[in-house]
Amino acid sequence: MTLLDVETLTVTRADGGAPILRDATFSITRGEVMGLAGESGCGKSTLLLALMAIVKPGLEITSGRVRLEGTELTAASPEALRRLRGPVVAMVPQSATLALTPTMRIGAQLAEAMAVHDAIAPAAIPARVTELFARVRLPDPDLIGRRYPHELSGGQMQRVAIAMALACRPRLLLLDEPTTGLDVTTQAGILDLLDELRQDTGMAMVCVSHDLGVLARLSDRICVMYAGRIVEERPAAALVSRPAHPYTRALLASVPRLDAPGIPPAIPGRPPTPGSADVGCAFAPRCTLAHAACSTLPALAPLAGGGRIACHAPQTAPLTSAAPAPPRPPTAAGPPLVAVSGLAVRYGRVRFYSRKPPPAVVSDVSFDLARGEILGLVGESGSGKSTILRAVAGLWPRSAGSITLDGEPLASDATARPRDVLRRVQVVFQNPDASLNPRHSVREILAQPLRLYFDADAATVEARARALLDDVRLDPVYLDRRPAQLSGGERQRVALARAFAAAPEVILCDEVTSALDVSVQANVLGLIRDLCGARGTACLFVAHDIAVVAALCDRVAVLHKGRIVETGAARAVCGEPRNAYTRTLIAAAAGHAAPAGGAPDTIPPPARPGLSATRPVTTPD
Amino acid sequence: MRATLRAVLAQPSGAIGVTLVAAHVLVALLSPVIVPHDPRLQSAELILAPPSWTHPFGTDRLGRDLLSRSMLGGRAAMLIATLATLAAMIWGTALGLFVALRGGRTDAYVMRIVDALMSIPWVLTVMIFVAALGVGATALIPVLAFTYGLSVIYIARAAALDFVARDFVLAAQVRGERSGTILRREILPNVRDTLAVQGAMQWSWILLGIASLSFLGLGVAPPTPDWGLMIADSRGVMQTAPWAVLWPMVMLSSLIVGVNLAADAFAKALGVDRALGVPGA
Repeated sequence: MTLLDVETLTVTRADGGAPILRDATFSITRGEVMGLAGESGCGKSTLLLALMAIVKPGLEITSGRVRLEGTELTAASPEALRRLRGPVVAMVPQSATLALTPTMRIGAQLAEAMAVHDAIAPAAIPARVTELFARVRLPDPDLIGRRYPHELSGGQMQRVAIAMALACRPRLLLLDEPTTGLDVTTQAGILDLLDELRQDTGMAMVCVSHDLGVLARLSDRICVMYAGRIVEERPAAALVSRPAHPYTRALLASVPRLDAPGIPPAIPGRPPTPGSADVGCAFAPRCTLAHAACSTLPALAPLAGGGRIACHAPQTAPLTSAAPAPPRPPTAAGPPLVAVSGLAVRYGRVRFYSRKPPPAVVSDVSFDLARGEILGLVGESGSGKSTILRAVAGLWPRSAGSITLDGEPLASDATARPRDVLRRVQVVFQNPDASLNPRHSVREILAQPLRLYFDADAATVEARARALLDDVRLDPVYLDRRPAQLSGGERQRVALARAFAAAPEVILCDEVTSALDVSVQANVLGLIRDLCGARGTACLFVAHDIAVVAALCDRVAVLHKGRIVETGAARAVCGEPRNAYTRTLIAAAAGHAAPAGGAPDTIPPPARPGLSATRPVTTPD
Repeated sequence: MRATLRAVLAQPSGAIGVTLVAAHVLVALLSPVIVPHDPRLQSAELILAPPSWTHPFGTDRLGRDLLSRSMLGGRAAMLIATLATLAAMIWGTALGLFVALRGGRTDAYVMRIVDALMSIPWVLTVMIFVAALGVGATALIPVLAFTYGLSVIYIARAAALDFVARDFVLAAQVRGERSGTILRREILPNVRDTLAVQGAMQWSWILLGIASLSFLGLGVAPPTPDWGLMIADSRGVMQTAPWAVLWPMVMLSSLIVGVNLAADAFAKALGVDRALGVPGA
């Protein structure tokens, strides 16, 4: 029986221009879970909001209908809509951290969500709050309501946000990127919870995510969107195993996989900006299979074997992984370039009146980095991987241990290091939006290290900047652009070019792909590999995704709670993990259910310090 | 820049503000040439004459032409305000950005000293300085630059704090750039719009401050025509000859209102939130 029926829904910018969302047509039956996938800017979040007849300021629904349980939402009065939102349709917003009021106890926030619709007698609310906290598997459901949002972990906040959406027992739950920004193990826990809720309540869901792996696990059906249109709609299993649309295929192929070594192929080019006029198939400029017919718009037509597709050249073959990339030549033996030994880092200051020193975030970490080697540091948030990188960069003081560069000890604080030492160690930050000055042109950004380290004059700067852009495969016209005019991937490439402008011996990459779309991620990974390979630059690569690390790195160190639990050649560690925690990470990355317990809080701590977890397991190379 | 100006003039309040300021600046620049009468010429027959064809604004207690005096009355104050604002913006911005970047104890100590200085009423500070240095621009400019520069420190620091924690500043630090270079190249371009709007506001406050000081006899010295002095001169005859105080008041307030309207419109066009003094919102 149809719960939600969407017909030719179109959303346009209020000041004119081409639509952001075009002719979305689909329906959802009771209890069904549908996934919406696509790169950023493809209109998936706009579509999700439009399902509640909400559009962001500056947009409007220009045509089409949304019918929810027979009520036409696009024509309903604000009061009628208000009565539907909550009891019939509810939404879990993208970032639970931002969605919860920081000054209100979470129990009170949940009670408020119930009181809006007088569905529940006021006296019954406290009991229902406890019941819901138990429902979403929060610890101590009768006590946790007294906590404030900042006293919860990211995964727990996401559970509270889900509980709030469930407050009035909706029949349709809308989820916007429910697992983005969470650790892989936490993510697996949330997916388990959603599965369970669906089985118990028979609630239908629409879930937006850029991660096809997440959607494949959760959904019955997946719609892939591109440039504001649904381009492929198939049962989830069929879509993932035999994607028909070239875009879906490229998207799936660009995800690094543990079972397919090497860096996956990236999708060339960039998606059209939202609201561009469409001439023919929007994906044609990036499509390897494009032919003459692709200049006309393909209709969303039924596909043999179920589902619908909008493509002139639908594919039927199962997706095969690309030929494995040639392995990188083994790095030269010899003394290590960077040697870290016995590193410990504490946050906060040791106070003379306090007996206990602040807890160590990183303790007793030792590793070597050879010339030209790419070493991955992988672990969940809070494992200390970024802290180690910051200690090596001199951005955070260490409390014990030593770090040497080419045998010379490195000062703890970057400001105490000579300029030439700083030049040899360059940092690339996680988020290029923040690491590039918005007021500078790309030319100015690249000129800074050139002037600082090499006293380059204007002509040299110009020539070097062009060469660097060429190295990161950007056109010289980008020299005059500002960061805001670039896409996320292009910005990160500029940040890489800036780091390489210093002709460093080692670059420190801090989660450099985590803010990027998967389709772009592969591109940036490939660049790092090529640039480091061509110049013999070593790289310390920090990431939370073990599949990304496995794709790029020669060697991997797995971190758990501030200690290295396993090191070894990337393929050996990922292929035959020795440590229990490494296996947890790999299982979660492979999309399997989290091992018993799910959330990272429940991963058993090492039985006794000094045993298994503290002694690194070295997998043979 | 051209696009910004167009966005300012597209707002009614912006167009009014810019017109008012432009008219005032034009009058101030041209008045020595275009005044209809000698502003210092006294006339016994014309004491407190109401507005007429020959004296459209009327005359004051000494029979001097009020139109001429009103046109000239802003020159000294506007010149002093401009120099004092420049000085206040320069030292306030430099110190504000410096403490924002340095942080820690430097920030805490400097800002507590600034808090303490801010708690002294500015008129009191000015009176002490004027008592020591005498009346006139040489005394007014440094003292106004000092007292108003204190509030610039707050604004500049608050605006810069938004950026010092960003990764591009961190990137410049690990690259080994000097603090001065980081302030000038990385932070200043990001707070420039906020500070420009703030500078315009400071200018109008300083202008009002000078008028107040002149009114108290601590500012511009007679016989230079000045709005504050004119108001002080004629306040005794406000009941019988209201025009004598009305014109300088109209001149002063129209300029202040004009600057504020223009600054607000610029703030909106540049995307600066003036209430907070920081970009965004």
